[in-house]
This record gives sequence, C-alpha cells and structure tokens, in this order.
Amino acid sequence: MRRFNSLTEVRNELTAGSFTCRQLVEYYLDNIQRKQHLNAFLEVWADEARQQADAVDAKLAAGTAGKLAGMVIGLKDVLAYKGHTLQSSSHILDGFKSLFTGTAVQRLLDEDAILIGRQNCDEFAMGASNESSYFGPVRNDLDHERVSGGSSGGSAVAVQADMCLASIGSDTGGSVRQPAAFCGIVGLKPTYSRVSRYGLVAYASSFDQIGPLTCSVDDAALLLEVMAGPDEFDATVSHEPVPAYSRQLEPQAHYRVGYIRDTLERPGLAPDIKQAVETTIEQLRGQGHVVDAVDFPYLDYMVPTYYILTTAEASSNLGRFDGVKYGYRADDATDLESLYKKSRSQGFGQEVQRRILLGTFVLSADYYDAYYTKAQRVRRLIKEQTDELLRQYDFLILPTAPTTAFRIGENTKDALSMYLADIFTVQASLAGVPAISVPAGHDQQGLPIGLQIMGGAFREADLLAFAKHLTETVAASVTTP
Amino acid sequence: MDENIKSKYQPVIGLEVHAQLLTRSKMYSADENEYGALPNSNLSVITLGHPGTLPRINRTAVEYAIKMGLATNCQITRDNLFARKNYFYPDLPKGYQITQDKTPLCTKGHVEIRLADGTVKPIGITRIHMEEDAGKSMHLAGETETLVDLNRAGVPLIEIVSEPDIRNADEAYAYLTEIKKLVQYLDICDGNMEEGSLRCDANISVMLRGAEKFGTKVEVKNMNSFRNVQRAIEHEIERQIALLEAGEEVISQTRGFDAATGTTQAQRTKETMNDYRYFPEPDLPPVIVDDAWLHRVQAELPALPQQLYARFTGELGLSDYDASVLTAEKDIALFFDELTRLTPGSAKAAANWMQGPVKSFLNERAYTMSEFPLTAQHLADIIGLIDAGKVNHSVASKQLFPHLLDNPSQSASEAAEQLGLLQQADSGELEGLIQQVLDANPAKVAEYRAGKKSLTGMFMGELMKLTKGKADPKLANQLLRDKLEQA
Repeated sequence: MRRFNSLTEVRNELTAGSFTCRQLVEYYLDNIQRKQHLNAFLEVWADEARQQADAVDAKLAAGTAGKLAGMVIGLKDVLAYKGHTLQSSSHILDGFKSLFTGTAVQRLLDEDAILIGRQNCDEFAMGASNESSYFGPVRNDLDHERVSGGSSGGSAVAVQADMCLASIGSDTGGSVRQPAAFCGIVGLKPTYSRVSRYGLVAYASSFDQIGPLTCSVDDAALLLEVMAGPDEFDATVSHEPVPAYSRQLEPQAHYRVGYIRDTLERPGLAPDIKQAVETTIEQLRGQGHVVDAVDFPYLDYMVPTYYILTTAEASSNLGRFDGVKYGYRADDATDLESLYKKSRSQGFGQEVQRRILLGTFVLSADYYDAYYTKAQRVRRLIKEQTDELLRQYDFLILPTAPTTAFRIGENTKDALSMYLADIFTVQASLAGVPAISVPAGHDQQGLPIGLQIMGGAFREADLLAFAKHLTETVAASVTTP
Repeated sequence: MDENIKSKYQPVIGLEVHAQLLTRSKMYSADENEYGALPNSNLSVITLGHPGTLPRINRTAVEYAIKMGLATNCQITRDNLFARKNYFYPDLPKGYQITQDKTPLCTKGHVEIRLADGTVKPIGITRIHMEEDAGKSMHLAGETETLVDLNRAGVPLIEIVSEPDIRNADEAYAYLTEIKKLVQYLDICDGNMEEGSLRCDANISVMLRGAEKFGTKVEVKNMNSFRNVQRAIEHEIERQIALLEAGEEVISQTRGFDAATGTTQAQRTKETMNDYRYFPEPDLPPVIVDDAWLHRVQAELPALPQQLYARFTGELGLSDYDASVLTAEKDIALFFDELTRLTPGSAKAAANWMQGPVKSFLNERAYTMSEFPLTAQHLADIIGLIDAGKVNHSVASKQLFPHLLDNPSQSASEAAEQLGLLQQADSGELEGLIQQVLDANPAKVAEYRAGKKSLTGMFMGELMKLTKGKADPKLANQLLRDKLEQA
C-alpha cells in the first residue's frame, strides 16, 4: 500500500482490485497507530471503520456505492456524530456524546465515506496552533517540535501524515486554511452559509464554516459538493444551487488576479513566504494572466474587528456549558453560583476563558457601542470593499499565514502575537467569501508554505478550478532553496 | 393609609404581559408545545440546546404575534431581527433566550379600556415582541434540590409592553381584561393566568400630583391572577407613598408579590441586575413581513371585541352594560352575534335570553359557552315563536328551552308542537273557552260587573288551566274583558 493523494487514485486501485476498502482502512489504522505521538486523533473508531469498509466493499461490488466510497475521513472534534463523543477538545464536555448527527457528516455517510475517528483541535476551535487543546498540542509530522497550526491541527496533520485521505474541519478565522498551510496540504473555507452548520459546535456563528482538508483540490471539490446545500435545520444556510464542483475543475485561459500590496509589506511576513507569493505572481503573469497590486485600506482593522465579533458570539455560544446539564461539573460547588463559576473555571482552558471574558466585556451595556457596534460597521466596510475587489478581479491571492509552522510554545506567552498570526485569513472570514490554501513550496527549513486564494461569494467552482491550476502548474514549481 | 395623603400622589403604572402562544410546536424547534405533559418529555436536542444545534423560526408564531399587533392598532415591523438575551439559569438550556431587542414586531399601538364611570381611555402599547419561554424550576417543599422541567423551554411567547399610561389598580385590571379578551378572540393564547399562559409584571412608581417627572420605578413580579395584580399594585403604591412621606427614597429594584401576605418583597436591586448583553442572533436570518403576508393575516383576523361592542351598541341599540357583558367572552359574543343576525329586530330579546336562561344554564352546569348544546338557530326559533305569538315567553323559558337542552336534535317548533305548547292564536276557539269559564262562575261574573275588576286575574287563571297555559295572554285578556263588559 502506498500514499494516495486523491480519491480518484484510490478508486482506480479499488476498481483494479489491488486492495479492498477494508485493507485501506487497515492501512490507515496502522498509520494512526504508528503516529500516535503526533496526537492527531482523540479517538479512533477502528471497529466501526472496518464495518463501514466491509459495507462499502459490498456496495462497490454491487455497483451501488456513493460518491465518496473509498474515502477514509477523520472528523475534527467539533462535529456532531450520533452516539459518538463530542468534546471540542475541552475538559468541560467530558463524557458528552452527541444525540444526533450533523447535516454535513450525515451527507458524508450517505455517500459512503468511511469515518475513522475524532481529531484533536484547539479547544472550541479557538487557537492557531492546536496548543489550547485540553488533550495537548498536535505535532507537525515534518518536525515534531513544531505546531500543526490550528485550530484544525489534528485534522491537518492526519492528512499530512497519511492517517486518512481527508479530514473535515471548521474554519472561523483561518482554522482550516492555516493548519493546511503549516502541513503542506489543501484547506478550503467555503462561502459563509454554503455548508449547513447544523451539528457544528458553535464558536462564532456568523463566521463558522465547515471545510475539508485534503491532499488534492479535486477531493476538496468533491467533499464540498457532497456537504453543501440547503438544510432545513440551519435557517442561515444558502439556497444557492450547488454546482458539481468536482467536474468543473477546468481552468480558464485568462484570469484577473489581484493581490493586496500591503500584505506583502507586513513587517512580520517571513521573507521566504513573501518570495513564494512573488514568484507565484510572476509565473501567473508569465502564463498570460493579469495580476495587479491593489490597495485595501483596512488591513490593520481586520484582526481587532475579527476578535471583537468572534469573542462576542463565543461568549454567548459557550454559555450553555455550565456544569448543570452535561459534561464536566465541579464537585466542590456549594450553591448555584459557585457551581457555575467553578465548573466553568475548571472546565474551560485559559484561551477559551480569555475569549469568553473579552466577548462578555465587548457586549456589556456600557461598552457595546464602542466595541461591538463599531466592529459590526467595520466588518460591513471590509465586506463591501472585499466584494468590490472581487468584482474587479476573479481572485485575490495572499499568503495564508505570515510564517511557516512555528515551534511549540513559541507563541503561547503572548496572546496578541498569536492573534496577529490570523492577519491574512480573517479577511475572507469577515467578508464571508470562500478561500482556499494550497501548498506553495517550502521555506529554507523545509517547512511548507501556504498560498491563499480568495474568490467571490458562491464562486467556489471558479476558485477550485484556479486552485487546481495553481497547484499543478505554478505552486509545483515554486521551491525556495 | 390616610386618603388625604394618598391623594397627594399620582401613581404611574406600566404593565408587561407575557402570553404563551397556542402554536402546535415550539418557537425555534418542531418539539410539541403542550401544557401539562410529563416533565421533560417534549424535548429534542434543539430545545436542550445541545452543542451543534440551531434554531428554526416558527412562522405561525410570528403570524400570531402579527395578529395581536393588528388587534392593538400597532405598526408592524417589516424587517425583524432576533436578539440573544444572555443569562445563566438552570432552566435556560442555551444560556440565552432568543428574543427581539431593537426591532420588536409590533410598535406604537393602543387598546381602549372602559372605566367605571363609562369613559373610554386609551392605553398605549409600546411594543409587542416575540421570544421563547424558559423551562420551569420547581422547588419542592422540604427538598433541597431544585427540579427542572424543560417542556416549557422554547414555547413561543409574545411580550406586550404598555406605555406608563395606567393610573391605578382598577385601570390595570381593566387593561389586563382587554388583553386577555384580545388573545382569546384571536385564538392565539388561552389567557389563563393561573396556568401561567398569561403572565404579568408591573412597573410602578408614584409622583406628587402635578409633577412632571415620574418617580423611581419598581418592577413587581410573581402575580398569578388578575386580582393579585390589583392587590400588588395597591400595596406597592401605598408602600412607595409611605417611604416618600417618611422622607426616604424609593429604590429602583425588582420586587416579588407574596399572595399570602399581600405584600411585595425586594428581590434584586438595579446594581445587581443582570446585564443581558443583547446582540443580534446570528443563527436566524431576519424575518421579513411582506405586504402579501400582512394582508393575508389581516384578512384572516376574526371579529374583535371592540368591533362587536360597536355593533351591539350601535346597530343593535343595546346598552353599554349589555354590550360589555356580551363581549366579555369570545364564544358568547360570537354566539350572540350570530343569534342577532337570525333574529333581526329582536336584539334586546336575544340579549335577555343570553343573560337570562342561557347564562343560568351555563352557571348551573359550570359549562363554558362552547359546551352549550343548542345552536343560535334554536334560540332564534324560540324567539321567533314568541314574537309570532305562538308560544308565550314563560312557557318558552320554563318548558320549551329546558326540553330542547335535553333534546338538541329537535328543532324548536318540532319540540313546541310535540309538547303541545303552541298557543291558540284562534280567537274563535278562545272565545268559546272564555264562555265556558264565565258560565262556570256566574256569581263571580256578577261581582265583576258590580265593579270588582280585580277578578280578571281569577278568570285568566281559570282560562289558563283550561288551555294548559297555551293561550296567548294578551289576546285572552282582551277577549275576556270584551266578554265581561258585554251585556
């Protein structure tokens, strides 16, 4: 058995009879076992995965298999799957099992995906390095002293280290794209509302999107195609028709691409990453595409706006975890108030508490207008400006992150510097537009660089076609020494 | 309290009324909305607020709220946002309640109340907004644990907030009566304060008469009947006046009413009150009320009490008293309305039937109008038989009506015939019978003719015995006199 980079490769082998789904599952289980030290999986559903594999093998033989037959997938620990533990990598959800399956996960199952386990992440998806997990950091397979990125760190490393073919993560401000960049894989955040959020543990509801982490753009397209679309359980989900993304990956000959001048002039941007983006720009021009530098006046406002709004929503979304109904309850409480205080102080980690406090503060009556209302206005400006740029240009390209994977512990002392690492990913989140991170070579230490492409709302088909084109022709040739 | 002191002050009262809507399912989930079900049985993961769940809007509940807005002359907000009200309590599964904050569905309305002296006073409605109920915490006597029933969590509510236009406990009572009437007429809430489907909080302050600035307001909660709202307001007014008279200040706080003592007790002061951290609910898109929807709801509005009142006093010429009594309950008003359409010109008789025999029957059986066995047609036929002189009124009420109550499948005229209650309107036959009476009592006839006119009653009695009460008394009386005056 060898490493596979797309479901097409797997299906070819399955059709050729080289192996069965059952054997494929054993292969991944073996890798998971061997790479336990990476801490990517919190729980492995070995027996269930074997049973699913046998069922899919039977369906393949009968010719009744779904679109995802042969795809072995891991789920970030924020996705509800009936009868399975759901903990958001938090102590406060100790022992909690979901009573229902979320819409996106159900659609994967309906297309015969095999679900192999639950993946580590930052606690409640809050973090950029997977270091806020109650279960400890996930290690980057390229360098075990380095982070996986986050918050979908386990999901990214599981794909990077060949523990499953694809992972399903969630992206609120870059949580799919940034770990994908750190691990040298593909990570897609769809347009806000493209995929139902029913079954996704909420961090910041007006930002959260479920997205795939894959080796190939093709698989990202296929997974989006399966998961996207209307859902009666999510009132905010879009009713825009869902194209067959996986069959619309032919690029056009001429694109108009913009890049925000200031993104390449940020002081914190690693030189190798800047160079990778510049190289990409040159190569695109060489291919006959138009690539223009554009101005975007709100770059400095994006991180503060993002953190005001997401922490506000988070402080409310996490109110339900109170030690009363399920999950962790402090055993030394003396009355209701101390039950709340102790359960939440003991059950939530530091980063989550920091964000709940921030969010509670910005929503408090005396500060609401100064922070929340103002941030809402700035968000609208950012969205309008971004949409306008994406009318003028097919895509915007920019780095996914200012650095490659940093060392474990390097940024945990200073929350602000960790937040600033989100500088390039939060724009698409604030604007609600789709964005994808694709591998674009490595830095001088051999660590993967991610290139981010943003597209217009609901134009994932174009975005994916262009991303595929980039990975095949441009990014493949971007290699820094 | 000394009336002279009391009269120095002007109480100012505003009421917040919560009404549970009678929708089949909950506000944001498909869970059943049912009162009195086994605790914690009407629950889904959505009501439980489990991680990953999302709310869905119940459009019927929105429609009910629009109806109440239209019935209280409100403006209907077209672009409705929802908001989260955040607080911790064990009966609040999500840690927040989904409500409306800055864009209430209905604004700037009013209802009219009728004061004791007959004058009509409008009470402003500041806003009506949609929200969801919390669960119920039950503190059982002698137990240290608190039990939580989440069946009620997510039940749709409207909150009706009045302007501070109410000046005393009686006005508050009248206002609540109007609100209850309206929700019952609209069939959106059963209006039962004892079961908690209608709940009322009162904001009360007092100021010196003639003052322009309202006094410090106190919110009083925990009143589970109209009478208790009255009692709480009366007590709270006196408590506040006593404080001011003693040179003390009224503190802005929430107080609970204790029905056993008739007093209010401090619960929370403003400083320790929750900051609910309202913000727009990101899980629900705005609900847009477009013209088509609004017009459809408007067209489906049933007759409202004020419209029926206007018809009863105007077109039908009934007294204010009759109209008030007949519109107090929806079922009675609608029955009466139908009855009057079947008996043109006999509105007063119809009103008397409703307030006499019908009411007595309902009272005896402790029935509601919906349990009344007869149709409006039955009553209309009875009234028709009386008007046509075919049955006399006392026979109709004492014999025909009770018989029909037991035999509602019969029509009134069938029953009258079967019972032999039809009056002999034929004067020829009646004259013969009168002659029989006179012939049987020659001495009395002589006495009458000598001037003892009071004997008419005796002759009428004999005649009625002979006719088994079926003689039309007016005609019989006339014929009798004619016969006696002859010769």
